[in-house]
Amino acid sequence: MALKPHISVQASDFDLQSEVDKLTQGRKDIGAVVTFTGLCRDEGGKLKALELEHYPAMAEAQLNQIAQKAAKRWPLTGLTIIHRFGKIEPGANIVLVVTASSHRRAAFEAADYLMDYLKSEAPFWKKEHLADAEDGDWVQSKQADIDDLKRW
Amino acid sequence: MTKLVYFAWVRERIGFSEESVELPDDIETGDDLMRWLKTRGENFEHALEYSDQIRIAVNQEHIHHSEKIGAANEIALFPPMTGG
Repeated sequence: MALKPHISVQASDFDLQSEVDKLTQGRKDIGAVVTFTGLCRDEGGKLKALELEHYPAMAEAQLNQIAQKAAKRWPLTGLTIIHRFGKIEPGANIVLVVTASSHRRAAFEAADYLMDYLKSEAPFWKKEHLADAEDGDWVQSKQADIDDLKRW
Repeated sequence: MTKLVYFAWVRERIGFSEESVELPDDIETGDDLMRWLKTRGENFEHALEYSDQIRIAVNQEHIHHSEKIGAANEIALFPPMTGG
């Protein structure tokens, strides 16, 4: 059976445990679940909030393409990607990746791969709102994120 | 008519998020499009100043600058992505 990833681009928060439960409910073939959660950090007290802009017509489709690439490469039996947009404060969730497989290696590697590709190919942009400034600035993309793609 | 959409600092520098334009016939590639856009005013010149950084999506699919635009309904221009 082809894998049907659960992809969501949403303003609202998500709950890690309920997303894992949704993926594993009633299943007896899953031997490993790996989750990655990306949170908003306050950069040592400097950051008041992140504002995430996205390209609605493209974001879900692009996440789905990345998910399909991962599913071709590893024998995944479940896959969830949730990415939030809008204003997100320090301590709050930004992104969730859940991968399920029969064995751990596929689940670990696929989660890592999905995050690398998501960072460089999914149409989201972060703007920083600082605690001591009126106007925010856009987060610059990092060479390290581009280099990470070369691992695959 | 082709819909052009802009995001993040590209959108801010241009000053609006979308428009419908009649693309000149000699625009074939992403590079051609950016060259033409830069002639449309200082705001475009500023937004697309470092054009090698700008990403282009045609009908919601990433393309390289040298690729042909083809029959595009919607073309998006935006900075490198910083999600995740």
